Amino acid sequence: MIQTPKDHATLADDFNIDEKRVGWHDDTLWWIREKRDKIAWQVPDWELLRDAASNIKDHVLSNLNPYLLQFEANAIANGITVHWAANAAEHNQIVLNILRSKEINKLVKSKSMLTEECHLNDFLADNGVDVIDSDLGERIVQLAEEPPSHIVLPCIHKKKEEIGELFHKHLGTPQGNSDPQLLTEAARHHLRETFLSRKATVTGINFAVAETGEFVVCTNEGNADMGAHLADVHIACMGIEKIIPERKDLGVFLRLLARSATGQPITTYSSHFKKPRENQEMHIILVDNGRTKQLGRADFRNSLKCIRCGACMNTCPVYRRSGGHSYHYAITGPIGAILAPNLDMEKYADLPFASTLCGSCTNVCPVKIDIHQQLYKWRQVIVQNGYAPKAKALSMKMMAFTLSSPFAYHAAGKMGRIVLKYAPFTVNNKFNPWYKQRDMPDVPTASFGEWYQKNRNNNEQ
Amino acid sequence: MIIPHRVYNYLSNLGTPKILMNIKMKVGLFIPCYVDQFYPNAAIATLQLLEKMGLDVSYPPNQTCCGQPMANSGFEHLTAGCNKLFVQNFKQFDYIVAPSGSCVLHIKEHIHTSNHEDDKNISNKIYELTEFLTDVLKVTTLSANFPYKVGLHQSCHGQRGLHLAQMSELVAAPYSKPQRLLNMVQNLEMINLKRKDECCGFGGTFCVAEEAVSAKMGKDRVADHENNGAEYITGVDLSCLMHLEGILKRKNSKTKVIHIAEILNAS
Repeated sequence: MIQTPKDHATLADDFNIDEKRVGWHDDTLWWIREKRDKIAWQVPDWELLRDAASNIKDHVLSNLNPYLLQFEANAIANGITVHWAANAAEHNQIVLNILRSKEINKLVKSKSMLTEECHLNDFLADNGVDVIDSDLGERIVQLAEEPPSHIVLPCIHKKKEEIGELFHKHLGTPQGNSDPQLLTEAARHHLRETFLSRKATVTGINFAVAETGEFVVCTNEGNADMGAHLADVHIACMGIEKIIPERKDLGVFLRLLARSATGQPITTYSSHFKKPRENQEMHIILVDNGRTKQLGRADFRNSLKCIRCGACMNTCPVYRRSGGHSYHYAITGPIGAILAPNLDMEKYADLPFASTLCGSCTNVCPVKIDIHQQLYKWRQVIVQNGYAPKAKALSMKMMAFTLSSPFAYHAAGKMGRIVLKYAPFTVNNKFNPWYKQRDMPDVPTASFGEWYQKNRNNNEQ
Repeated sequence: MIIPHRVYNYLSNLGTPKILMNIKMKVGLFIPCYVDQFYPNAAIATLQLLEKMGLDVSYPPNQTCCGQPMANSGFEHLTAGCNKLFVQNFKQFDYIVAPSGSCVLHIKEHIHTSNHEDDKNISNKIYELTEFLTDVLKVTTLSANFPYKVGLHQSCHGQRGLHLAQMSELVAAPYSKPQRLLNMVQNLEMINLKRKDECCGFGGTFCVAEEAVSAKMGKDRVADHENNGAEYITGVDLSCLMHLEGILKRKNSKTKVIHIAEILNAS
């Protein structure tokens, strides 16, 4: 899974070569957005619930230190081993060390965006550990040797025929058969065998309850439970922002999560893990990896409220038409575009610009992150830090000069209209990206300013 | 006599007849740069519409642009000249009205000069046209006639930024200021859209920087209007409409775009 150096616009261009497929991708995700709308409307207090969730998360972010320490103390009291990782490398090393101490070289992993963020699979593979993803969507992209394109629906970019091909190649299903039931059944058998033979499992954590030291893992397939119940070692990984103060807060978050994510009333499995069963080892890894840095950025700290529902992706008109891989980061879509620059501003300088700032993401977000405002603010920060293309910086300076002077503006406007009128080929050519799929507007003989001067003589200015 | 907008709102809420207050209300007409250069008819319609309401409207000739093209590209620090010019041009008016949700939102949220009082003053008295007609003038009837099938494009900045209409993301009561005004127009038939408030993909420099996605978004929006029989696509922002028009013209579509001011002013 090599990161490509192409930027969002170029990757989106590639994605748009097959326009019909873009339409299919867009419709598929819009269907989920509509499902979300329907089910949200069934909760009369939906907006209040969003307020509550946002307030709880704000409170947690302002009190992260005491809550983390409370969670750690309670988890240890419950018999769980707690590890702290400052970054991705430390996190990955901790997982490897646990496995090596048990002489385990095979692992089953349920969905965890944190491990994607840390590139755990690649690291473990390099160190001779075989990892099988047990979430069906993740398993599919793993077989295809691709990163997930969506945080909740990892293989949403794949058509069932392509999955049929993959399964034929890797799991021996009949060639040309893309019947979803048959493919699911095949995956089920394949994973069942995996669950029975793996001694260690890695899961993510959706919510970690400070009050009790327990954690909640939400899946639709029960794959986290299968892994955890059969394995001798359960390693659960979480970003430090996943803390909630009390168990009762789950009444807010569990109601919001699945409704926002897929339009379901609740995930099929919302499993609470509190202590290891007899003869089982349970580990929790608390990972920072840039989160405390983001917490220190006043304009961007509340991006850490994210509960990873993916609603901003489903609603984003750009994401739906550029595909998750165009974001070239583990967390795709609008939320990824405000999280990624925190980790590497240069590498992800393009992402905050991959938006029309339409604001749909902000209003669909169950924890009320002002995503589109942060996209705007990241643009300013990226430019101020010198990561804007030089040509763009120059053209912006010229534009600012013209628009700051009424004289220059009127002269340029007139000139522009004359050029468009008498030499349209200077604009209407393949070097103008506007013209590629769109015509230019008709050119009026006079600007409004010129018309006004002629027609409103009582102008007091 | 100049009635400051706060006093105006107070009197208006008391039910004072509009005409008594409007006569001396000085309105500064803000015409965004691309409207000035490419769509003078929308600007003329805005002016005439406001004049019909009995307002004292003037167009400061030295205005240029709100600065949004730079700011949205990450160059807000280069907009000082635009901001200063804007305050100079519009400081003296009771209200500033513009036929654009996007430019109004930008001024409202981002005008920033050395004088914060000026900034606040400008932010508080600037209105998008349909917002002004609805919330300030409290228009209940119009004499307009427009015998066509019309699709309303909800421009995002006006809708989600200025709250000109309820958004489909929220579980909240629906309303739409532009729609309410269009409902007053005689013989106008509204069409229903499959996606009532999806972004058109213009997005300022996004339309060229992300050409593929921008054009695809525009095509999809156009198709929704065409499939539902729109003869005209209207909206509060010509930036969106210019983008949709570019796509319509390229495919020789019969559907046209028209700014909402031109419909509300049509006779």
